[in-house]
Amino acid sequence: MSIGWLEVVVATLLVSLVISLILARGRHWLEPSFWKVAAIITSSVMAITLVLLTFHTVQAISMGSKRVPGADVINREIGYVYNADRRAMEPVLGKEVGLFGKVWSPQEAEELIVKGKLVIQSRNCMDCHTLLGNGAYYAPDLTKAWLDPKWDKQIMPMVGASSREEAMKTWLMNPDKYPTWVRKMPNLRLTEDEAKAVTAYLKWMSAIDTNGFPANFPEVQVSQK
Amino acid sequence: MERLYESQKLALWYFWTAILLFGAQLLFGLLSAIQFINPDFLYGILNFMTNRMLHINAMVVWLLMGFIAGIYWFLPLETGREVVGIKLGKLAYFAFVGAVAVVVLVYLFKQFGSGDFFTLWFITEGREYIEAPRWADIGIVAVALIVAFNVIGTAVAARKITGIIGVLIVDLAFLFGLYLAGMFFTPNISVDQFWWWWVVHLWVEATWEVLVGVLMGWLLMHLLGTPRKIIEAWLYVEVMLVFGTGILGLGHHYYWIGTPEYWLGIGGFFSSLEPLPLVAMVIHAVYDAGVHKLKTVNRPALFWAFAQAFGNLFGAGVWGFMHTLPQINLFSHGTQMAAAHGHLAFFGAYVSANLALFYFALGKTRVKEGYILNGTPWKIAYIGMIIGIFGMVAALTVAGFAQTMIERATLGSTWEAFIQAQMHPWMEEAFKWRLLFGVIFFLSYVVLLYDLLTAGKRVEALKEAEVVG
Repeated sequence: MSIGWLEVVVATLLVSLVISLILARGRHWLEPSFWKVAAIITSSVMAITLVLLTFHTVQAISMGSKRVPGADVINREIGYVYNADRRAMEPVLGKEVGLFGKVWSPQEAEELIVKGKLVIQSRNCMDCHTLLGNGAYYAPDLTKAWLDPKWDKQIMPMVGASSREEAMKTWLMNPDKYPTWVRKMPNLRLTEDEAKAVTAYLKWMSAIDTNGFPANFPEVQVSQK
Repeated sequence: MERLYESQKLALWYFWTAILLFGAQLLFGLLSAIQFINPDFLYGILNFMTNRMLHINAMVVWLLMGFIAGIYWFLPLETGREVVGIKLGKLAYFAFVGAVAVVVLVYLFKQFGSGDFFTLWFITEGREYIEAPRWADIGIVAVALIVAFNVIGTAVAARKITGIIGVLIVDLAFLFGLYLAGMFFTPNISVDQFWWWWVVHLWVEATWEVLVGVLMGWLLMHLLGTPRKIIEAWLYVEVMLVFGTGILGLGHHYYWIGTPEYWLGIGGFFSSLEPLPLVAMVIHAVYDAGVHKLKTVNRPALFWAFAQAFGNLFGAGVWGFMHTLPQINLFSHGTQMAAAHGHLAFFGAYVSANLALFYFALGKTRVKEGYILNGTPWKIAYIGMIIGIFGMVAALTVAGFAQTMIERATLGSTWEAFIQAQMHPWMEEAFKWRLLFGVIFFLSYVVLLYDLLTAGKRVEALKEAEVVG
C-alpha cells in the first residue's frame, strides 16, 4: 500500500474543519464552546490519523522488511549507492561474506543483534554519539559507521587487524589506547563478546534504509552476487 | 498573605526541589561545556556521557516537578477545596525525591553496566532523555497516577469540572499514558526510535505545551484578573492548534530513522505549522498585559510570563522552523543546530513558565495584601539569564551552521568529516562562547536563588514596594 503525504494532509485538515463546523453550528465564534468543539475534533482526527499511520509504519520497519533488514544481513556484504529514481542514497546487499570468520544462522544472528542493542543501551552510546541522527553531538554519527572509510584506512593498520570487523572489535575494547583525536572515547570495559555484538549491530544498522541520511556519505559498491 | 491549603504547601516543596535540581542541571551542563573545550577534563572520572545524561535528566525531572507544583498550587483555588488525597500526594513527593536521589547516585558512581537486562532495570536504560532505569520508570508512573487521581478526585468532590480542569485531566491522561510507550526493549532501533519519539516529541511538543497553557491560563487569571471566559476560549484555541499541528508534526522526527517516505511530507507540513499556537500565546500575553497596563502585584511573575510567551515563540517556533523542513534537516539533523534549538525552546517554553509560577506562589506566601512583589535581584537574574541563554544559543547556532556546512554538505558525514568540522575555528570558538554565556547563566541562577530565598522578606524590598492603585 502506498500512502501519499499530500492526501493525508488535505484529508485531515478538511475532515477536522468540516466536522468541527457541523458540530459547532449555531454557536458564536467568540464563545469558548465553539472552540471546545474545534479542539476536541481536531485533536481526535489527528490522533486517529497517527494511530492508523502507526499500524502501517510499524509493519514497514519490522526486521526483515524492505526498509529494515533481518538480523542475518550481517553475513552479507553491504554497500551504499545512489538511486537516481529516488534521488537518494540507499543500502544495497552483496554476496555472503560472513562476519568474524563465520556465517551466522538466523537465530545466532538475532541473538547477536539483541546483545548488541543491550550493550549500546547499557554503555549509554547515545549520550555522546548520534544513532540515526538522534543522541548527543559530542562524537560522530554511527548510522553508517560500518561503512566508514576510516576503519580500513586508519584503524586497521593502527590496531594491527586483518579485517574491518576485527579492527572494530579491538578498537571498541581499547578506545583509550587508540585515540583518533583529542576527544577520546573512554574505555567502557566491553568484553570481547560485547564488542563483537556491537560490531554486528553497527553492520546491521548500516543496512537500514534511512531515506538518504546522513547527507553525502561516500558511495560503497558491492561485488556482484 | 493568604492562608495556604495543604496542597499549596506541597506545591512549595515541589518548587524548591525543582529549583535545586535546576542548579544541578546547570552544573552538569557546565561540566559538559568544559569538556567540549578540554576533553581531558574529568576524562575517565566523569565522562561526557554521564554529565550529559545528568544535564538532560535533571532538566526533565525538575520541569515535571515544577508542573506538578503548579497543579497543586492552583487546584484548590480552582475547586475551592483541599485536594482529596493530600497525604498520598505528600507520600508520593517523598517517594519521588528518594527515587531521584538513588538514580542520581547510581548515575554518578556506577555510570554504566554490562550489556544485559539488569543494567536496563537498575542502572540506566541508555535511551536519551528517558535514561532512567526501569524501576524508576515504574515509580514515575505511580507518582503520575497519584497526581492524576488527586486532580480528578478533587474536581469530582468539589462537583466542579471547569473547562480548564477538563483540559488538564485529558492532557494528564495523555501525558502519563505516553510515558508507557518508552518502557520496553526492542533490538530494532527503528522501532525503538519510532516509539521513543512518542514519549519525547508528544510530551515536549504536545502534552507539555498544553499543560503549560493550562498553568499559564491560571496564572494570568490570578495575576492580571483576566476573565475566565477569555482564558477558556483561548485555551481551547491553543489545544486545537497544539494538538492539530503537534500530533502529526511528530513526523519531522521520522524522516531518517528507517520509516517510510510519506513522513517527509506529513512531518514537514505539520511541523511548519507548529509555531502557530506559539504566536497565539504571544498575542494573548501581550493583549492581556496591555489591557491591564502592566499593573500587577507580582512583577517577576509577570515578566517571566512574558519571557515564556516570547521565548517559546523564538526557541520552539523560530529555531525549530529553521531546520524542520526535510530538505534542510537532511543536512542539519543531529548537529549543533538541534542543541541550539533545544536550549532556547526548553528555556522559553518551560523554564520561564516554572519560574513565573514559582514567583507567583512566593508572592502569595510572603507579600502583604496591597503590596507588590518587586526588588532588584530578580531583574538582574532575569536579564542575566536571558543574555546567557541567547548567548549560548547564538554560539550553538553558529556552530550548527558550520557543522552542517562542513561535515554534512562538504565533507560527506563521515567520522573524519565530523572531526574536521569540530576542529574548524567556527566550531571551536563557538564552544568557548557557549561556555562563557553558560557561566553568565549560572551566575544569574545564583542571583535567582538568592532572590527566591529572600524576595518579599528583605526590608529594602518592602520599603520599595508600592501600593497598588
